[in-house]
Amino acid sequence: MFTFILRRLMMLPLVFFGVTVIIVLLMQLLTPAQRAAAYVRSENQANQIPEIIRQYRLDEPWYVQYGLWLGRLANGDLGYSRTTNEPVLTTLRKRLPTTAELAFLAILPVIGVGIFLGTMAALNRDGVIDQVVRVLSIFGWSIPTFVMGIWLLVIFYGLLGWFQPGRISTEFAIQMATGDFRNFTGFLTLDALLNGRPDIALDALRHLVLPVITLATVQSAQIMRVMRSSLLDALSEDYVRTARAKGLRARVVNRKHARRNALIPVITLSGFVLIGLINGVVITETIFNYPGLGQWAARAALNLDYASVLGFAVFTAVAVVTANLLVDVLYGIVDPRIRYG
Amino acid sequence: MDAAPTPTFIQRKTALGRWWQSKSLRRFRRNPLAIVGLVIVASFVVIATIAPLVTPLGRSCMRDLGLTAATATAHRDVRNPAFWEIMFRTPNSCYMMPRAGFSPIPQTPEASGTLLGTTSQGYDIYYGLMWGARTAFRIGVLVVGIGLTVGILVGATAAYLGGWVDNVLMRLTDMVIAVPALVLALVIVMVLGNSIVNLMIAISAVAWPSYARLVRGEVLRIKQLEYVTGAQAMGRRSFGIVFRHILPNAIGPVLIVASLDIGSIVLTAAALSFLGLGPELGYTDWGQMISFARNWILGPPGQPLAYWYTSFWPGLTIVFFVLGWNLLGDAFRDVLDVRGHV
Repeated sequence: MFTFILRRLMMLPLVFFGVTVIIVLLMQLLTPAQRAAAYVRSENQANQIPEIIRQYRLDEPWYVQYGLWLGRLANGDLGYSRTTNEPVLTTLRKRLPTTAELAFLAILPVIGVGIFLGTMAALNRDGVIDQVVRVLSIFGWSIPTFVMGIWLLVIFYGLLGWFQPGRISTEFAIQMATGDFRNFTGFLTLDALLNGRPDIALDALRHLVLPVITLATVQSAQIMRVMRSSLLDALSEDYVRTARAKGLRARVVNRKHARRNALIPVITLSGFVLIGLINGVVITETIFNYPGLGQWAARAALNLDYASVLGFAVFTAVAVVTANLLVDVLYGIVDPRIRYG
Repeated sequence: MDAAPTPTFIQRKTALGRWWQSKSLRRFRRNPLAIVGLVIVASFVVIATIAPLVTPLGRSCMRDLGLTAATATAHRDVRNPAFWEIMFRTPNSCYMMPRAGFSPIPQTPEASGTLLGTTSQGYDIYYGLMWGARTAFRIGVLVVGIGLTVGILVGATAAYLGGWVDNVLMRLTDMVIAVPALVLALVIVMVLGNSIVNLMIAISAVAWPSYARLVRGEVLRIKQLEYVTGAQAMGRRSFGIVFRHILPNAIGPVLIVASLDIGSIVLTAAALSFLGLGPELGYTDWGQMISFARNWILGPPGQPLAYWYTSFWPGLTIVFFVLGWNLLGDAFRDVLDVRGHV
């Protein structure tokens, strides 16, 4: 197991270098002056472009620039975000908890609902539950995030007025800015409770309802489908028949014999779920005006704010590679065949 | 004496008949969801084809076709050269949504004289949806084509040569897959600039790795077969073997899986252009139309759903398009039993 993890760990820097090289190479399509814009912090600096190019050596060959870029990264300098008017790293740090809160709340229904409904469907194969779940999953899988988000807003914001876009209501935002509201975790719902303000926590939660539904629908549909088909596969295996034949109760057979093995493909899928969530976060946050990483990246791309987009891309690549590593390790623990294969 | 038994004729089946009666196709035909998917996708093909004939053309499109206000519908006549031009050599101006006025506020069908109303800035929703089907297929088919070409080259080379070439190429594929597709495509469109061609380049750049993996697997499987050893024994050169003997046998399932990706490719394109990183403003493109609707979620006081048509029709169109491809893809994957292509 140890060598297996070590082997996977060695992939991490390799993939990191590969991904960053690809992105830095893409940036070479821009002129040095355009790349210099990433380091402009104020209006006055706009006419100092040639100096900036010289200072950051932006007209050198790409491999020199790549080395320099890595050096700056090691010093925590990812450039300056014109979109948020602060260093890229500061924005990443500030907005990460905001997005993490949304993603975390979305993962719960994805896994819970996905696995539960998938199991129910497989155990009632071709029954009413199965048909309903299959239709639900096909529709959930087919509604694009941006259509779903807009439609939810039209109904629940425009028509019914139950939920609003954004992260917090204006009145609370003002109270938080002026009062002695302290940030502990960056998770607004949690921080509000720690500050003894359940009203703020409730308000933050209300703002999260629609984005979470939007984000979770597509992904839970995927998990549902995979769970259903892999449980069906497992139920037709010989060892399940053996377990039934020796008189075990159906519950035990289903839970201990079939479902455990059926979960393996679901674990594989969870790496893809994370990629799906990152894609989804960019769109969902844009629709709901939720001030997280995704909204920042989308706005930066429109502003031609290269430093921000590069920072976001590198961050997501590292996140995905790390998550895949965890998935692989988990996979190795659950399924010994992988370890020795 | 018994009557001679009636002679039974052994029905000779044509290749098409055999295919139609084959086990996998029967399974497909008996799956009602698959049929629904097929019907939806086929309807979109029809819409994309006839869009020029059933929509009121814009002024610059008419000018490029040599039509005047008096002959505004002359292109619907097969005998008119404008018919052939708009069907097969469509001027770019026809892909731009015509504007029924320049009002910043969306207009109802009655107020604007269009079938489904207009978005803000007066863009005709009906025109955008019909021609958007054309744009969707153009993006889907071209991206699959480019992605497949690159994927086949990379996958076949990696599988056939093996060793360090395989290692390098496959690690490259892993790296591209490691970046979420939307994020990488976002970087590419930002660097290249907004246009339909750049959008297609960006999506092709994220689409090829999965095909490369698929091709590699198939080639590796076929490489083991005896007839390949035979070809090697006869002294054929490696690339001859790959392209003449292996690829034609490997390509079938890959082609089907890739063409079923059209739905998700169009979805990615729509998502990018929803974010503002797609074709230029006013292009007939579903994602952009949804992004127009973003500012019209709230109606004027007292009429909360006043602008429902700006988000409803484009949204419904995209949902149906994706649904059709998903149903079709699901059924085909079932029939072909293609696994591991998520």
